[in-house]
Amino acid sequence: MTKTLMTSALALAAALGAAQAQDFTEAKQGGSMIVTYKDDVSTLDPAIGYDWQNWSMIKSLFDGLMDYEPGTTELKKDLAEDYTISEDGKTFTFKLREGVKFHNGRELTAEDVKYSLDRVTNPETQSPGAGFFGSIEGYDAMAAGEADSLSGVTVIDPYTIEIKLSRPDATFLHVMAINFSSVVPKEAVEEWGQDFGKHPVGSGAFKLADWTLGQSLTFERNEDYWHEGVPKLDQITFEIGLEPIVALLRLQQGQADIPGDGIPPAKFLEVTEDPAFADFVIEGGQLHTGYITMNVKMPPFDDVKVRQAVNMAINKDRAVRIINGRAVPANQPLPPTMPGYAPDYEGYAYDPEAAKALLAEAGFPDGFETELFVYNTDPNPRIAQSFQQDLAAIGIDAEIRNLAQANVIAAGGEPDQAPMIWSGGMAWIADFPDPSNFYGPILGCDGAVQGGWNWSWYCNEELDAKAVEADAMTDPAMAEEREAKWREIYLAIMEDAPWVPVFNEQRYTMRSAKLGGPDAIFVDPVHVPVNYDYVFSNDVQ
Amino acid sequence: MWAYLIRRIGESLLILLGISLVTFVLLYLVPADPARQIAGRSATAETVANIRAQLGLDQPFHIQYIRYLGNLLHGDLGRSYLQRTEVAELIEARMPATLLLMLAAIVVELILGLTIGAVAALKRNSALDQTLMVFSFVTISAPQFVVGILLLYVFAVQLQWFPIGGYGTFAHLVLPAVTIGLLGTGWYSRMMRSSMIDVLAQDYVRTARAKGLGRLRIILRHVAPNAILPIIAMIGIDIGLFMSGIVVVESVFGWPGIGQLAWQAIQRIDIPIIMGVTLVSACFIVLGNLIADLVAPLVDPRIKLK
Repeated sequence: MTKTLMTSALALAAALGAAQAQDFTEAKQGGSMIVTYKDDVSTLDPAIGYDWQNWSMIKSLFDGLMDYEPGTTELKKDLAEDYTISEDGKTFTFKLREGVKFHNGRELTAEDVKYSLDRVTNPETQSPGAGFFGSIEGYDAMAAGEADSLSGVTVIDPYTIEIKLSRPDATFLHVMAINFSSVVPKEAVEEWGQDFGKHPVGSGAFKLADWTLGQSLTFERNEDYWHEGVPKLDQITFEIGLEPIVALLRLQQGQADIPGDGIPPAKFLEVTEDPAFADFVIEGGQLHTGYITMNVKMPPFDDVKVRQAVNMAINKDRAVRIINGRAVPANQPLPPTMPGYAPDYEGYAYDPEAAKALLAEAGFPDGFETELFVYNTDPNPRIAQSFQQDLAAIGIDAEIRNLAQANVIAAGGEPDQAPMIWSGGMAWIADFPDPSNFYGPILGCDGAVQGGWNWSWYCNEELDAKAVEADAMTDPAMAEEREAKWREIYLAIMEDAPWVPVFNEQRYTMRSAKLGGPDAIFVDPVHVPVNYDYVFSNDVQ
Repeated sequence: MWAYLIRRIGESLLILLGISLVTFVLLYLVPADPARQIAGRSATAETVANIRAQLGLDQPFHIQYIRYLGNLLHGDLGRSYLQRTEVAELIEARMPATLLLMLAAIVVELILGLTIGAVAALKRNSALDQTLMVFSFVTISAPQFVVGILLLYVFAVQLQWFPIGGYGTFAHLVLPAVTIGLLGTGWYSRMMRSSMIDVLAQDYVRTARAKGLGRLRIILRHVAPNAILPIIAMIGIDIGLFMSGIVVVESVFGWPGIGQLAWQAIQRIDIPIIMGVTLVSACFIVLGNLIADLVAPLVDPRIKLK
């Protein structure tokens, strides 16, 4: 699970200005662009793809029942023309848009929606997103291999589908917007079998025209796309295998239009300070938090005072400076743009003296020795060294363990391996813009299992119960109350201090002068990294 | 000759078997669970266990290894865990680019290496000789990563003579081929120099000179061919050298060969791809060495195949 795998990122970007919204919906169709990536596109199968590169490609090739307004985290209807939610919040009925066609020409119906949900939850598909569908009735039987169809999903007529949940789930509409619930045509999946990911057939704005393994992909506009006027471009070429630095050089020479991996740290200052390019640099937030975990099962981190002392000892501003200021310091698990964030919370202020005192109170006046695990790619070891200094200042002697990513993740998944982990390069980025997505696997009891992602092994049954209560509030009228409940949960976690939240990273990318469209779609919080459907070419305007 | 060939092929197969075992053991010991990688971060323990069983990763080591070898005999390298594509298909798609790059690198190192070596030998102990030998020393010692970036910066970014990375035309090929070829250039120029000096001191050269033959004619007819032959025999061994170079160079230049594939797979611990690329490269190295050994006696009759 690489950095890219983890970055099914969602970010909150600046709200769209009305004027911008105007000019991009009315922009003329035509033109093309070149987008570059370093790593291979692994698959375009929406049930499987979970990488940085393929996430928004899949969104452009496929449609789901729900989607988000371009450049925002606001849910909108996509294949669903309308939907109703029952009183108890457990039955969702979706009315499908009529006349939507797959790239193979066949009309998309409710049967396809059901087939797609059955497929993604079938263990044989080996979907990394199967767990998102856990609240659908019949999921457990599917996961156990005892059923080959979700009992809670019923086709009422060709354009109506009903989905019953086994428990109220306030995040369910988000789940219907995630890539894993994209609608696929059965006949194409069966024709290609395991290679469907190389021969994707969807109903999206673009269709795959060519794929030269390891070199390039070409997307062509879907002339029959149901959403009139979308997409804007006729063609997108993705060039694969270009290091971010090389990609940027190409863009500067007009040989590329978007560096898909963003602006590399080494070129950051040069590009942002160059008047020729500064105007084309685009900044966006993302739903990301970088944190240090402390394993509450390993002494002395089983003592809350020690964990609080570490929270006071870490100089977050210096960590931000190390990455050229491409982040904002954090004081709680949720990033600022996530609903539920507590703007008034002050967190643990940087205060080495107080930290030292607290450590003495905990019985460690002379500190102790420990280990800090870190993913071995720049800038993470440098950031870890900065933490090492901070810890040394209060007497803690932390040895840095630089390891490959998979090894750090493996150590974190064991109860007695890694006393401290810096999450850099592996940090949690939300799958959808909802506070619940930052809890279960990384701070809840569910994740505190062998092989889990809760590297601090923090498990608070009381908070788990509260989380379940919060997610049962499906009534949109209760959204605020639910948000408040989540806020309480995260602040309670900070009392127990299993993490040191360090910073929230910002995303920086560029576009060539040839391309147009609101900035927000180039750092789209959901269609990560770029919402290709709405980018237009200035050449044809 | 035939007995020798058969014995060498047998040995080669044993070496390949050994390499497959060592790689398999190393990858087995890596503390990363492929089933967890596939299952994703929100998967339950049951889902992970299920996937582990589907892939046969719950089996003991020897069963997994024997199963892998069995598939290998059918030409099946398995399916990538993360790309979900046949490894053979991925390697096949990238092989032409790597072969082209290796071939071009051989041309570069032969032309540059032999020329530099010959000039240095003829101007022995002059300032030119010393400069060339320092140059060859630098090309041997410089990390290819640095050389690649440097060439890219000077010739593609600043001078804009070549495209900045990528694949497709002859212009794309030049810089990566030179980067890899430079390493061999250093070795070849040194070998060519000493080989030339050796030949220049031979009696037949003195005889030729005594006969009154022109200097150029002596060099082209008598010296160069005799000096080059032992070097030609080295090309097979170069292939092994290249295999380590292509991982770095292909990544720097965005060259879509198997080196880049390997690099990406290593970063993500995609075991079937790492296994596949390792075996394929091992085949090349073994084959290269075999060819080198077979060619040697043709070049120099004093060498006998035993």
